[in-house]
Amino acid sequence: MNSLNFLKSNKQNFYYFLYLGLFLFSISIIDVAINAFLKINITSFLPGILSIFLPLILGFVGLNFIRTEYSGIKSLDIINKNINTNNFNAILTLLIIFAIIKATPPSLSWMIFDANISGDTKEACTGTGACWTYVKVWFRRFMYGMYPNDLHWRINLAFILVIALGFFGFFLKDNLKKYLALYYVIIYPIIAFLVIYYLISGGAFGLVWVETGAWGGLSLTFIVSFFCLIFCFPLGMVLALGRRSNLPMIRYISIGYIEFWRGVPLITVLFMSSVMFPMFLPEDFFMDKLVRVIIAITLFEGAYCAEVIRGGLQALPRGQYDAAKSLGMGYWKMHIFVILPQALKLVIPGICNTFLALVKDTPLIFVVGLAELAGMLALAKTNPKWLGFAMEGYIFAAIIFWIICYAMSKYSYNLEAKYKTER
Amino acid sequence: MNNKIKKILPQIITVLFVLGIFGFFTFNAQINMDNRGIDFGFGFLTQESSFDVQFSLIEYSGSHSYARAYLVGLLNTLLVSFISIIFCTILGVIFGVARLSSNYLIRNSAAWYVEFFRNIPLLLQIFFWYYAALRALPVPEKAGPWFGVTYMTIKGYYIPSFIWTNLDIFLYSILAVIVSIIIISTYAKKIQENEGKQIPVFFIALGLIFVIPALTFFIGGVSLDFGIPVLKQLSKTSYVFEGGIGLPPELIALVLALSLYTSTFVAECVRAGIQGIGKGQKEAAASVGLTPNQILKLVVMPQALRIIIPPTTNQYLNLTKNSSLAAAIAYPDLVLVFAGTALMQTGKAIEIVSITMLTYLSISLAIAAIMNWYNKKIEIKEK
Repeated sequence: MNSLNFLKSNKQNFYYFLYLGLFLFSISIIDVAINAFLKINITSFLPGILSIFLPLILGFVGLNFIRTEYSGIKSLDIINKNINTNNFNAILTLLIIFAIIKATPPSLSWMIFDANISGDTKEACTGTGACWTYVKVWFRRFMYGMYPNDLHWRINLAFILVIALGFFGFFLKDNLKKYLALYYVIIYPIIAFLVIYYLISGGAFGLVWVETGAWGGLSLTFIVSFFCLIFCFPLGMVLALGRRSNLPMIRYISIGYIEFWRGVPLITVLFMSSVMFPMFLPEDFFMDKLVRVIIAITLFEGAYCAEVIRGGLQALPRGQYDAAKSLGMGYWKMHIFVILPQALKLVIPGICNTFLALVKDTPLIFVVGLAELAGMLALAKTNPKWLGFAMEGYIFAAIIFWIICYAMSKYSYNLEAKYKTER
Repeated sequence: MNNKIKKILPQIITVLFVLGIFGFFTFNAQINMDNRGIDFGFGFLTQESSFDVQFSLIEYSGSHSYARAYLVGLLNTLLVSFISIIFCTILGVIFGVARLSSNYLIRNSAAWYVEFFRNIPLLLQIFFWYYAALRALPVPEKAGPWFGVTYMTIKGYYIPSFIWTNLDIFLYSILAVIVSIIIISTYAKKIQENEGKQIPVFFIALGLIFVIPALTFFIGGVSLDFGIPVLKQLSKTSYVFEGGIGLPPELIALVLALSLYTSTFVAECVRAGIQGIGKGQKEAAASVGLTPNQILKLVVMPQALRIIIPPTTNQYLNLTKNSSLAAAIAYPDLVLVFAGTALMQTGKAIEIVSITMLTYLSISLAIAAIMNWYNKKIEIKEK
C-alpha cells in the first residue's frame, strides 16, 4: 500500500502535486483540441497505440494528482466533488470531454462554416457542408404544405386568432370566472373550429375555397393535434366517469372502449379510418380524408385522455365525495361543482403529456396520404431538382419538433412540480 | 322502485346506443359490400397470395397462402420488437443509472441524451436513419470489414451465418443446464434457510453454462461452422455479398430508432425506480454489515425492480406497437405485409384491418394480464 502512496499528495507537497496535476490535465486537453481543430497530431513521434492513448493517460494521472478529500480551495473542491470522485469517474470525465472536443469541429463545419444558404437552386450549394438553401427554398412548403402561396396569411391569422382566444380566459373578470370551464370545454372548441374552418378552408365571406388536400406542413400538424386535443378531452372525461361508475354496463363498456384503443397501434387506426371506415358509412355520404383522420385520432387519443383524467379522479381524497354527498348533491351536481374542477386541475400536466404524445404522433398521418411536415420532407426529398438533401431536411424538422416538444415537456414538468408543492 | 329505475335506465340507454351504432355500421357495410360485389368471409386466407416479401424468417414465396403471409408479417414484427427491446433495455439501464451519477458531466450527458431522443417524433427518427444516415454508407464493393468478418453496406449489414450440425443435441444440453440450475438454486435456498450455509450458486451456474454445452462439441458430435459473407461480382458495376446473413437496412434503421427512442423512457423508469428507494434502506443495510454488492443485490434491487418493471413492460408494449411504423419505410412487418399488400390485393378491408388490430390487441392484453399477475405476486404484503 505504501508503494502506491507516492502518487498521492500530502500536506507538505500538496502544491507541487496540484500544479503538476493541472499541468498534465491541461496538456492532455490541449493535445486533443489541437488534434481536433488543427488536425495536427503533436504526439505522432510516439508509437501508434501510445500516441492515441497518451492524452487519456496524462489526463488520468493529472486528475489523480489533484484529487484530495478537502483542500480549502473553492474551485478545486468543486472539480473534485463533481467530476473527479474516483478513478472510474475520472476516466469517464476525460472520455466525455474528449468526445465533445472531437465532435465539435466536424459538426460545426458541416452545419455552419462549410454550409451554404445563398441562392435559390441546387447549384448554389458548392461547399462540402450542409445545403441550407434547400431548407430556405422549401421553407414555405414545409410550413404550409401545398397551400397557395399568396393565401398563407389566412393560416397565420387563424392561428393568431385561435391562440388569442385561448388566452381570453385569463382576462375574464372575477364574477365570470365560474364559466371558465364551460368556455374552454364547449364554447372555445366551437369558435376555434369555425375560425379555422372559415379562414383556412374558405368558401365564404369572399374567401377562395382551398381543399384540404392542399393543407400540409407544420401547420397541418398543429391543426390536427389541436382539434384532436379539444375533441378528445370531453370524450376522455365521459369515459373516465364511465369507468368509475357504479352501473356495471356503463363501466364495462367504458373499460372495453379504453382497453381496445390503448391496445392497438395508431397506424392501424389510421388504416382503419382510410379503408374500413368508408365502408361503415351510408353509401352516398362523403367524408373528407382530413376529417376522418381527425375522428380516428380523437377516438384513439380519447382512451389515453380517459386514463389521465381517471388518475386525477382517483387522486382526490374520499372526503370530497363524502362532503358533497352529505350536502345532498346528486351525481351530476357533485361532479360538476366539486369533483371535476379539482380533478381537472390535477390532470393538466398529464393532459399536457398526452398532447405532447399527440404532436409526436401526428407525423403518422403521412401513411394515409396527408402531407404534414414529415410528409412534405418525403415529397421534397424525391423532387428531381433537389435530390440528395435528405439529411438537411430531417435535421431541420428534428430541430423544430424538438423545440416544440421540449418546451411542452418542461412546461408540464414545472406545472407538476408546482401542484406538488401546493397540495 | 324509483331508485331502481334510476340505476337501470341509463344502462339500457347506453347499451342501446352502442348496439345502435354497431347495427348502423353493419347495415351500411352490408349495403356497401353488396354494391361493390364483395362478400364477407375469411376464406381468402387459404388462397394463394401471389406476392413476394423481401425479408422473411420462414420460407415464403408467392405460391403460399395469405395465412402464411400473415405469419411472415407477424414474425417480422416480433423479430424487430425483440431485438429493439434488448437494445433499449441495455441503453435504458445504462443511461438511467448514469442520470444518478455523482459525476456532473455524466449526469448531464445522460440527461441530454434522454431529452434529445424522446422529444423527436419516432417516425422522423426512423426516416432520419433510413433515408439520411444509412444512405451515407459505402456500396458493397467499397465496404471495409467491421470486426474482420461483418460488412456494413448501403444494402444492409452482412454477418456470418451459423451452420450447425446436430443442433438439437446442443439445444437439449442448454435445456439440461437450465433445469439443473433451477434445481441447484432451490436446493441452495433450502440449505441456506435450514443450515445457514451459502453455496456459490452463481459460479456453479456460470461453470455449468460454459462446460456442458462445450462438452457436446467434443462428445456429442456438435460442430459449428461460420458462413462468412464474401463479395461477389454480378456484373460490371453490381456487387453483392454472398454467404452469411444480410440484415436489410430497413431492419437496422427500425431497430436503431426504436431502441434509441424507447431507451429514453426506460431510462426514466430505471431512474424513478432507484430514486424510489429511500436512503434509509441503504444505510440500514450498511449498518447491518452488508457489503456494497450485497446491498445492491439483496436490498436495493429487489425493491427497485418492483417499481421499475411495471412501467418498463408498458414501454416494451409501446415499442411493439410502435414497430408498426415499419410500414413507412417498407420493412415487411404485419402492417405492411397484411394491412398493406394483402389488403390491396384482396380488397377485404374489414376482415384484414380487424385481424391486424386484433393481433396487436391480443399481444397487448396478454402482456397486460401477465403484468397484473406479476404485480399481484410481488406486492408488498403488509401484516
